[in-house]
Amino acid sequence: MKNLTAFLAGGLFGLGLVLSDMINARRVQGFFDLFGAWDPTLVFVIIGANIPMMATWLWVARHRQSLLGEPLPGVPSAKIDMRLIGGSVLFGAGWGLVGLCPGSVMASLLFGYREALLFAFAMAVGFVAFGLWRSRSTAAA
Amino acid sequence: MFEESWIMGLAGGLLIGSGAAVLLLMNGRIAGVSGILGGLIDEPSGSRTMERLAFMAGLAGVPFLYAILAGTPAINVTGSLPVLLTGGLLVGLGARTASGCTSGHGVCGLSRFSPRSIVSMAVAVSVGVAVVALSRNLLAWG
Repeated sequence: MKNLTAFLAGGLFGLGLVLSDMINARRVQGFFDLFGAWDPTLVFVIIGANIPMMATWLWVARHRQSLLGEPLPGVPSAKIDMRLIGGSVLFGAGWGLVGLCPGSVMASLLFGYREALLFAFAMAVGFVAFGLWRSRSTAAA
Repeated sequence: MFEESWIMGLAGGLLIGSGAAVLLLMNGRIAGVSGILGGLIDEPSGSRTMERLAFMAGLAGVPFLYAILAGTPAINVTGSLPVLLTGGLLVGLGARTASGCTSGHGVCGLSRFSPRSIVSMAVAVSVGVAVVALSRNLLAWG
């Protein structure tokens, strides 16, 4: 059941990315192009996506476990550190450079575009590099 | 074109948020794509592997079905190999270092007013704006 609901969740997420055209790198870069032909679509996507999630967080605050009996996430950390800032700088640089993010590249991965596969490959290298860095820094600490 | 794109943006956004809501409401999990993919890479045989794979199968598989039925949407990504590889590497490393990307921070975090998510998205969008401004106006790319 958990796998079925996870599949359904991923499916809705992916369909939303396609219908909102957030898999279109030119549209995402258009959002970043504040000083050119600005495209506000991404703002509407973020607003739309935050509406059901705000309602869900209100539900989470009043419950101890999920509908399938799983533990719910706790209160988020408020610690703003250099890791958060530095990571966000790197992420934003890549996001602006190509116009793809992890969700949008996964949703368009099976369309058969060589560019999406190359980007996803490099992203996976980045994930592995992070894993190596983290295991080294925890071993040192 | 804007008139249509903002309606589709809002409608698509509602679907994205509904997907994230299903994962939280049912599985008690945050629908952060970089976190779920990173989890698969960091602990490939962990107890949550099937659940993570199922989410990814939906995320990639349902758009694939859509493409078969409605035609493949254009993604309009640069063809430059160095740009693609640099961008992918930065996105992968940056999202994991910041503990989240557009889905984890921009959808799941912003909706609970997480200070870390607000800062992360503000920084990432600012850098994205700077990168696009630099590449379009100074380097005169695409």
